[in-house]
Amino acid sequence: MKPLTLRRLLLQCSILCVILFLVVVVALKFGAVPVSLYALGRDLLRVLFGQSSQISSDYGLIIVNIRLPRILLGMIVGASLSVAGTSFQALLRNPLADPYVLGVSSGASLGAILALIVEPHLSLSPLFAALLTPLGAFLGATATIAAVYFLGRREGQIDSTTLLLGGVITGSFLSAIILFLMSTLTGSLRGLSFWMMGELSTPLQKSVYWFLGVGFLLAAGAIYTTASDLNLLLAGEQEAMHLGVDVPRVRLVVYIAASFLTGLAVSVSGAVGYVGLIVPHVMRFIFGSDHRTLLPTAAIGGAIAVIMADTLARTVVAPTEVPVGAVTAVIGAPLFIYLLRRRLA
Amino acid sequence: MSSGSALARNPLESARLGNEVRLSVEQVSYAHSANPAQAPLFTLEATSFQARPGEIVAILGPNASGKSTLLKLISGALAPLSGRILLNGFVTHSLSPRTRAQRIAVVQQESILLFPARAWEFVLQGRHSHGRSLRFETPDDIAIAKNALVQVGAADLSDRWMDQISGGEKQRVILARALAQQPLLLLLDEPTLHLDIAAQIGLLDALRRLAAENRYTVVVVTHELNLAAEYADQVVLMQRGRCLRVGPPASIYQRELLEQVFQTPLTVEFGSNGRPRVTVLSGTQ
Repeated sequence: MKPLTLRRLLLQCSILCVILFLVVVVALKFGAVPVSLYALGRDLLRVLFGQSSQISSDYGLIIVNIRLPRILLGMIVGASLSVAGTSFQALLRNPLADPYVLGVSSGASLGAILALIVEPHLSLSPLFAALLTPLGAFLGATATIAAVYFLGRREGQIDSTTLLLGGVITGSFLSAIILFLMSTLTGSLRGLSFWMMGELSTPLQKSVYWFLGVGFLLAAGAIYTTASDLNLLLAGEQEAMHLGVDVPRVRLVVYIAASFLTGLAVSVSGAVGYVGLIVPHVMRFIFGSDHRTLLPTAAIGGAIAVIMADTLARTVVAPTEVPVGAVTAVIGAPLFIYLLRRRLA
Repeated sequence: MSSGSALARNPLESARLGNEVRLSVEQVSYAHSANPAQAPLFTLEATSFQARPGEIVAILGPNASGKSTLLKLISGALAPLSGRILLNGFVTHSLSPRTRAQRIAVVQQESILLFPARAWEFVLQGRHSHGRSLRFETPDDIAIAKNALVQVGAADLSDRWMDQISGGEKQRVILARALAQQPLLLLLDEPTLHLDIAAQIGLLDALRRLAAENRYTVVVVTHELNLAAEYADQVVLMQRGRCLRVGPPASIYQRELLEQVFQTPLTVEFGSNGRPRVTVLSGTQ
């Protein structure tokens, strides 16, 4: 018997944080313009000490103004999608659940696009206007997961095959609507590959990063308060209730928070797929299926995975960029098939 | 009077309990319908019985007699249509899930795990209702879980994976998790269903010993006539949603009654310990 202790949890998280740091350094170094490690260290220290103005070289500007924001964005997107995937897997009792596979990301995309269409017609202050897209994405994600949940229910029980099929078909239906909207409308909307595949290349305002960071911490924190309830939910709702879990409350909190995380990620990066599927599986394989460990390690692991995928996307056919979602899908889709086959065996 | 750990937890509760009634099922009825506009698909007619600490009650009947529904009502998972179920004076359905899990442990027919877990992790789940949701297991929790495994004779299974042990071993570990909840009331739904005869006897012997030592009140749903006769202090005989009789096995086990309830010819003999024994006759005899 060796139950989880805070010490072991912190140790596991710090090992992952070291890996995350190394991945960030690699991501900063590689790209269309190569940067030496020495210049990298010097410029990063200047940023840390608040002397950004002293950075004069082109390299420094590339690092601080282009690569670093993009890496931060990748971290938040990866962590959000990964925590959302972990939560959906536990709640739906389906190891193949993922925001993208279940169509939730497409729902969030559609919500965000509708918000972008509506926004110019409302006279909102710039702050509220900026929040309208994530709000639309959140509402789209919530509506989709509710629809998929009811599609997947048969005689009061969730049927995992029906659920997955329902999610995939819902996703393809919503993608079709997105295609319709995109082909009839032109203007300030971002490109099709952004909403369908996901990209991290669009720069954001500084205040948006704060909103993303705080939003992630609040939603992931809310999910983490239910970590041991989620452990018991793996055995089924009835059994969890007998062991003392307030099932309706946990379900509500986690669905809303996980939809919020999906909406958050999709509103700034489009529908990056399979992160919420691959990362929780890898972390479960390494650290076990206790959600008190799984949720934080999946968050850090998600950050690592997306930064790595984006570095590949930037460098593999440089100077042209591939959407990051294409990289995650090329790796994730075969893994999904493998996991599906293994489960059926 | 024994000072079992389940009672020692709350001095007020333990003072009030001697051999008083712990579980009281009072005129409980229930109706299940898929559509509220239509006639119910299944009804449970008014049922009453009482149970004391250390007592084993068997809810006995053929399939679709309402046994499991009655168990769900007692566990508080379902609300009765009329009547009430009291555990130490509290209505079980109105307790919060947490409080309920501290007092009632339910062992269900099958426990399916989505991801693999070791036996000790599984047993520690029984401690969930005793702590805040975000905390790590205390040394007390670990000691209680270890002790629960010892009590069901499964200490050696502690580090095994749940999906790699036999059905009988799994039932013991599930029982250990229920013991780790330190309940007043232990509810079991067909616990011997998939077990071979040796494992059945082993499980029920353990249950009888635990009920006596820890003063649990045990309610078991079963259709096994002889196991109920051998191990139960009281039998609640059910047929098609009606409670026919409540009493000790010796008074319930009458040939005509059981033949009518189970729709099969049988004989009833009484063993040297005064407990009845049923032999089912095949149609040709």
